[in-house]
Amino acid sequence: MNSLFILGSLTTPGIGLIVWTSLVFILLVLLLSKYAWKPILAAIKTREENIAHALSSAESALNDMRELQSNNEKILVQAREERDALLKEARDTKDAIISEAKAKATKETDRILATAREQILNEKNAAISDLKNQVASLSIEIAEKILRSELSSDDKQKALVNTLMKDVNLN
Amino acid sequence: MGPKIKIFKQKSTLFLLVFALFSLVSLKTYASGQEEHPATESDSLSAVAPHVGGHEEAKEEKVNITKVAFEHILDSHYWHFWGEGHETVALPLPCIIYSSTKGVQFFSSAVFEHGHASFGAYSLVEEEIISADPQEKITDLSITKNVVQLLLSAALIFWIFTSIAKSYKTTGVTSAPKGKQSFFEPLITFVRDDIAKDNIGAKSDKFVPYLLTVFFLILINNVLGMIPIGANLTGNIAFTFVLATCTLIITNVNANKNYWMHILMPPVPKALYIMMIPLEIVGIFTKPFALMIRLFANMTAGHIIVISLIGLIFVFQSLWVSPVAVAFTLFIDVLECLVALLQAYIFTLLTSQFIGAAVAEHHHEEGHEGEEHAH
Repeated sequence: MNSLFILGSLTTPGIGLIVWTSLVFILLVLLLSKYAWKPILAAIKTREENIAHALSSAESALNDMRELQSNNEKILVQAREERDALLKEARDTKDAIISEAKAKATKETDRILATAREQILNEKNAAISDLKNQVASLSIEIAEKILRSELSSDDKQKALVNTLMKDVNLN
Repeated sequence: MGPKIKIFKQKSTLFLLVFALFSLVSLKTYASGQEEHPATESDSLSAVAPHVGGHEEAKEEKVNITKVAFEHILDSHYWHFWGEGHETVALPLPCIIYSSTKGVQFFSSAVFEHGHASFGAYSLVEEEIISADPQEKITDLSITKNVVQLLLSAALIFWIFTSIAKSYKTTGVTSAPKGKQSFFEPLITFVRDDIAKDNIGAKSDKFVPYLLTVFFLILINNVLGMIPIGANLTGNIAFTFVLATCTLIITNVNANKNYWMHILMPPVPKALYIMMIPLEIVGIFTKPFALMIRLFANMTAGHIIVISLIGLIFVFQSLWVSPVAVAFTLFIDVLECLVALLQAYIFTLLTSQFIGAAVAEHHHEEGHEGEEHAH
């Protein structure tokens, strides 16, 4: 076995191994492509897509949550504003009602007072006039009684006529 | 996890036992066959001469390291395990030959008794079956050691990856990969993304199955070749020749207009066409040729280095050399582990680069522009 022979057998491809390798290799490529690489690559791809999808949906969920949070805050602010506005409005209404009621009450009081005053005045006037009438009738009665007593004698009648005459003369 | 590993261990132990039993049975028959025809120690290049006729002094005959090394590297009609001469423990393999005069013949290589006997007109000389009849031309299609390893590795790859495919089906794609799946998935995605997609581009999906098969076939045979009794299949030029030829065919079948334009109308002055076109055409073949030589030479060289380092012990005939030899061998073996992976990677990478160059769009124009800018 000299070195030239060794080199020759090393670098000369044997026909048998070429045939077998071609056969086995081509069959292996075909079989593996169908039964191994296709399902494996498909599964890996599906998983990668799943992961990418999960990541993107997590991202979008986070964004949604952030949006929701900011929305919530906005809504909270809005609600607070609304509440303040409502409170203010209520306060205003209350004040208005109170002031209106006050005004009404004052007016009513005034009216009642005025009526009362008028009534009192009327009553007073009536009472006065009644009193006057009574006083007048009493006076007349008294005068009548006095006159009767005074004119019971002729002298006294004469005296009176004289007095009265005096007055007439003066006029 | 625990019971699973146990089951796996039991399975592999069972497999080993069956394998050992199988080889022992065939070896026994072979050994008994050999005893009937005692070998005549005529071959002066024989490694360790055994006790021939009880001559004790013949025991320590000089070892021809070159022969031992090339027996390990070259293909064989036996699967040799250990021992030499009468103590040889080897599995005879089936011989299939196509004779120009007798047609297809089928027999076991045991009939040759390591080249010491002839079978009819046939004899085995330096692992080559030759006929005594000068008219008869023989095409040797035997199931040699390399073919056996090729078949075993193909079966192994097929089993590994179909079972992985099955585990994707059973566990679905929502759970994390486990076992074999988690070991091979990164390699598969590495080939798909970093080798195929990076070099071929958008059309890479079509070539990924081929690249994956090439990658794992080379990787597994590189690794099997490193096992002492393994065959040096990836360091055999016939094997690398077939793989490189497949790459050549795939590259050129899928090549687009730009690729052929670059070869037939290269971006050079017309006067240079007479020189450039033949060069470009030769270039089609030199690329896969380099692939073929690279894998073959790397694996063969690695094996020669390992055997040579171990052989130092026998050359110096001293036990004291062994620590150095073993240390160096260990170092080279570790390096070979790297080379096994690296060569599988390089072969696949270059294949995908060749395909990528052949299917790339506007490849020609880009190159042309680049050259114009250079001017």
